[in-house]
Amino acid sequence: MPLIKYQGNSYQCDEQTSVLDCLARHGVTVPSSCRSGVCQSCLLQATKGAVPAAAQKDLRPTAVANGYLLACVCYPKEDLDVALPSADEQRWLNARLIASEQLSTDIFKLSVLCEEPIHYRAGQFVSLAREDGLVRTYSITNLPDGSGLLNFHVRHLPNGKMSGWLREIVDINRGEKIRISSPRGNCFYLPEPSTQPLLLAATGCGLAPLWGILHDALAQNHHGPIFLYHGSYSRDGLYYVDELRQLARDQPNFHYMPSTSHTAIDGFAHGLINQLVATDHNDLTGFRVYLCGNPDMVNTMKREAYLAGAKLQDIYADPFVIAKI
Amino acid sequence: MTAAKSLYDRIGGDAAVNAAVDVFYRKVLKDKRINRFFESVDMDKQAAKQKAFLTLALGGPNNYSGQDMRKGHAQLVKNGLNDSHFDAVMENLAATLKELNVPDGLIAEAAAIAESTRNDVLGR
Repeated sequence: MPLIKYQGNSYQCDEQTSVLDCLARHGVTVPSSCRSGVCQSCLLQATKGAVPAAAQKDLRPTAVANGYLLACVCYPKEDLDVALPSADEQRWLNARLIASEQLSTDIFKLSVLCEEPIHYRAGQFVSLAREDGLVRTYSITNLPDGSGLLNFHVRHLPNGKMSGWLREIVDINRGEKIRISSPRGNCFYLPEPSTQPLLLAATGCGLAPLWGILHDALAQNHHGPIFLYHGSYSRDGLYYVDELRQLARDQPNFHYMPSTSHTAIDGFAHGLINQLVATDHNDLTGFRVYLCGNPDMVNTMKREAYLAGAKLQDIYADPFVIAKI
Repeated sequence: MTAAKSLYDRIGGDAAVNAAVDVFYRKVLKDKRINRFFESVDMDKQAAKQKAFLTLALGGPNNYSGQDMRKGHAQLVKNGLNDSHFDAVMENLAATLKELNVPDGLIAEAAAIAESTRNDVLGR
């Protein structure tokens, strides 16, 4: 009989019993509602073991790849370790800060070398934890190459506790120790279908995950057109402009539209990024959409992309929330 | 003799409901009479709720009781949800199924099931 492991305890689960019922029977409550595999209230994540396909019905392909499952319709055939998707059961990995490079006035690239094996997809995020417990979350921008090197784009916020420290410490003490969490997030590239048009839209350093997703898509030979919109209040918030323009010249299916919303600048579109996207793409039927950056803009664009015809399952949103403490 | 197939099966099961959710939720969000009740930052959760509703209306597998319906809509009723809004949802449901070329007879069956939840939804 399969064993379900949840929060350190194991429970026997016979073939006729769902993970949700199995846990409930042992007095363990996880959120649930419809109990029919529809409402997605009982979403759990498998950390070990094979998830039956029927338990992943209607989930985004990237959520499936991450082992998410609906507990109420999950009838495991073998042992399964499950956790709440939001659970803070983080595994921390040892890493070192090895380099930083200024990308714009207030955004810099940070390179971290993870000293333990790490599996991730470009566009996912990790938390960095300083020795004193200060934690901030950043998106991984480079493809895994087995070396453990991770790149991040970090905005140096005024009075930013972590960003200010990160910017300075690399110069003072190259190799400074830091811990990083295991990677999380469903905002990454999957190849199928490779002909699907991709719309990527970011504000500011929301470009970070999209830079990773873009390079992943190109590395995997994505055939469909790829449109990247990068918007910022001013020119300062845009970076990798020359690199992206060069990439657009080299890759016939890649199109790059940088824009500013405040001052109009030669060579850049002018206006709010959602309006620029809406002008160029009033019909997003069949598109896969990735949205990252300012939370209000991300949520607005998610709604607009859906109303313009993109399926909700094809919209990946990664709102960047700035820590308040 | 085999048992009569349920409306849910005749309409095309889960795949048909998924197609219907996509059309229905978009219609509801664009409908100024009712979209304020459907506004939510978490669109995925909202869409899942719409799927639960359509699965119910189309006679699919569900475990919702009248009590669940009351509890789930109590806050909306406090915020002014009334018959006119329920009528608007019914309209969007019919228009959605029409758009997906569901035969009129099946649309009427779905409407009757949805209609049967009216008093629970409106907390009466």
